[in-house]
Amino acid sequence: MPLTQAGNAGLFFLAPWVVFFPVIGLLINIAFGHRMSEKAIGTVAAAASGLTFVVSVLLAAALRINPEAVCWTVGEWIHSGNLQLDWTFRVDTLSVTMMLVVSLVGTLIHIYAIGYMHEDVRFKSDPRRFRRFFVFMNLFIAMMMILVTGDSYLMLFVGWEGVGLCSFLLIGFWHEMDTLGRPSWANSDAAKKAMIANRIGDFGFLIAAFLMFWGFGSLQFDAVFHRAISISAINSPLIVLITLFLLLGVTGKSAQIPLYVWLPDAMAGPTPVSALIHAATMVTAGVYLVARSAPLYEAAPAAQLVVATVGALTALFAATIAVGQFDIKKVLAYSTISQLGFMVAGVGMGAFAAGMFHLVTHAFFKALLFLSAGSIILGLERGHHRLGHGHEGGGSKEPELFDPNDMRNMGGMRKTMPMTFWVYVVGALALGGIFPFAGFWSKDEILADAFREGYALVYWLLTAAAFLTAFYMGRQIWMVFFGQARHAAAEKAEESPRVITIPLVALAVLAALGGALNLPGLDTMTTWLEHTITSVHPGEFMPSVAMISTGLALLGILLSWLLYGRRPMQAGEVDPLRRLLGPIFVGMQRKWFVDEAYRALILDRYVDLARFTANVIDDRFWHDWFHEKVLAGTYNFLTRMALNRYADQRGIDAFFNQLGQWTKDASNRLRGVQNGFVRSYALVVLVGVVAMLGYLLFK
Amino acid sequence: MVPLTYYVALSAVLFSIGALGVLIRRNPLVIFMSIELMLNAGNLAMVAFTRTYNVLEGQIFVFFVMTVAAAEVAVGLALIVAIFRSRHSIDIDLMNSLKG
Repeated sequence: MPLTQAGNAGLFFLAPWVVFFPVIGLLINIAFGHRMSEKAIGTVAAAASGLTFVVSVLLAAALRINPEAVCWTVGEWIHSGNLQLDWTFRVDTLSVTMMLVVSLVGTLIHIYAIGYMHEDVRFKSDPRRFRRFFVFMNLFIAMMMILVTGDSYLMLFVGWEGVGLCSFLLIGFWHEMDTLGRPSWANSDAAKKAMIANRIGDFGFLIAAFLMFWGFGSLQFDAVFHRAISISAINSPLIVLITLFLLLGVTGKSAQIPLYVWLPDAMAGPTPVSALIHAATMVTAGVYLVARSAPLYEAAPAAQLVVATVGALTALFAATIAVGQFDIKKVLAYSTISQLGFMVAGVGMGAFAAGMFHLVTHAFFKALLFLSAGSIILGLERGHHRLGHGHEGGGSKEPELFDPNDMRNMGGMRKTMPMTFWVYVVGALALGGIFPFAGFWSKDEILADAFREGYALVYWLLTAAAFLTAFYMGRQIWMVFFGQARHAAAEKAEESPRVITIPLVALAVLAALGGALNLPGLDTMTTWLEHTITSVHPGEFMPSVAMISTGLALLGILLSWLLYGRRPMQAGEVDPLRRLLGPIFVGMQRKWFVDEAYRALILDRYVDLARFTANVIDDRFWHDWFHEKVLAGTYNFLTRMALNRYADQRGIDAFFNQLGQWTKDASNRLRGVQNGFVRSYALVVLVGVVAMLGYLLFK
Repeated sequence: MVPLTYYVALSAVLFSIGALGVLIRRNPLVIFMSIELMLNAGNLAMVAFTRTYNVLEGQIFVFFVMTVAAAEVAVGLALIVAIFRSRHSIDIDLMNSLKG
């Protein structure tokens, strides 16, 4: 690294370039992309993301020498009365951690997407959309960077909305079809659902920001925290309100109860999107927000308890749903919600370092799992294509509907896709929390903190969730990779090209070794974050907690082997857990009917309200009664009363006719003056002049 | 030296004769001559005052008046010729087509 003496404060001028590089990349692709090959487009986008990573590394190196936060102002933004906001980039250990994760994982996913989208646009037969994908991806990186580097809540909000927009655009990337490629608005609806659920969360964020400005007179982080601390009262109502409204924002963006419902549907987006936005980076923005607002949350223990409980409930609830899913991406989606629950619980308890640590490791292994799942899906698509059921499938017969996401169509794929199999196992072990993979260390740190801080309920909820995590990942591995192929496509599946597998291997290495970032005793990351979040302190390793969680994880894997591994599922067979648990499994499979409940309790009521306003208020009251009866009736009545022939003709008309007549008469008389003789005009002039002079002389 | 009053009185008499001529004569040539008379009455008064008060502006102004009068006569005579061509008469009282 060319960083010997240069790694000092002088490097901080690079901070805005984490945003500029992806913007340059997307501008190049917008302006010239139509003339560039797919490879060139992908290279530009990946290079833009890669340069962002380089900048992040340089900033991290600069911070190692001088760990104090540095703010770099690029330009004025809003200066109005008390509100003083600039485009200021904040470089501190927390923001750099996020930058590193986003740009590293982002770059790997960009590279992967070059291979993935190359095939995806062809399976969906619209290759021209390749460029659009990378424009959106670069825009996402830029927005995410604004989110994590902003120095005020409002700048954070710009990024927050920006990533929400990119999420919407990319979920609806294939907006005119459903996940099986049939013409439908299903994907588009999924995108709208994400947007609307996030909007509810954004409402909370905005209210929190307004309260902050009202109470503290600023939105800039340091100023807000400074004033918040000076309000010495613990649980001051203002801070509790602010933190709870922020929590609403977190539940929207980070998919927590009650707003998590958008994330499973967001799997309609292409798989690299699911990996980058809906697993590794954007959805962790809420965790980052809580960690960033640490001084506020520490001043409000009541809010902390709420946050931790919401996180833990989400972790367990989503894990139970993940057990009952058959769509490979839906399992991972619910797993993501569950793991986000772990993080939110972690930062909620005040274990900010543990939460951020889990955020980092989760970014590695969940991106890995999603990308591997994408590789499997592509493998199945290739296999299906080779079967001849593809788009060119001849004959008048309707092509058989094939869902490449359905695990019931898979099986035995460790032989056809060995590379993907191995990296998937690494990812699953990391997610399951098996020693010594990354997830073990980070999950264990959260559990240990919960135990030590006395959050008993949170601890047990999370431990149960950890058990289920290992179980559903085991189930997925046995179903996908072991046994016999349950569909001909799985037999014919092909391993993915190297542009896809190399990022997978890179992520697998990170997922395996990511735990080294914060090993107990060394606590690299905790001390690193301590410069920004002063309250975090290295915790001690608790063997008992680690034993329990590892034991439960192993038990989960064993149980999944008993159910799915010992005797592999056959094609068309009912899920073994269905026979064992009966209706409970149906509940898990149907996501505990939450979507249905939301529809019945909120959506339908909302539609009823809309109908009421449209039919009753607008139509019957406003149009029929007020406009038709009151306004038009009164007007008609007045017309009939006043404008009959007597009042109209004899009154109003006569008045104006008389005026006209007078004018006519007067002008007839005046005509005589204009007799046409020049001499008489001259006489008038003379008389006038004499009169004027006479007046002037004798006045 | 002749007193100023005489000049002004003469000027007033000349102006009145001119004005009367404009009002009562029907021949446009005579009317023009009367207008000249009025202009020169004004000139006379101006020159008289100028000389009495020993300033120059009036003298210069008189030259302008004479120049403009000459130009005006040129235009007027041209008009009279044009009218005579169309009407075969230059009686001023026949020219009353702008009667209201």
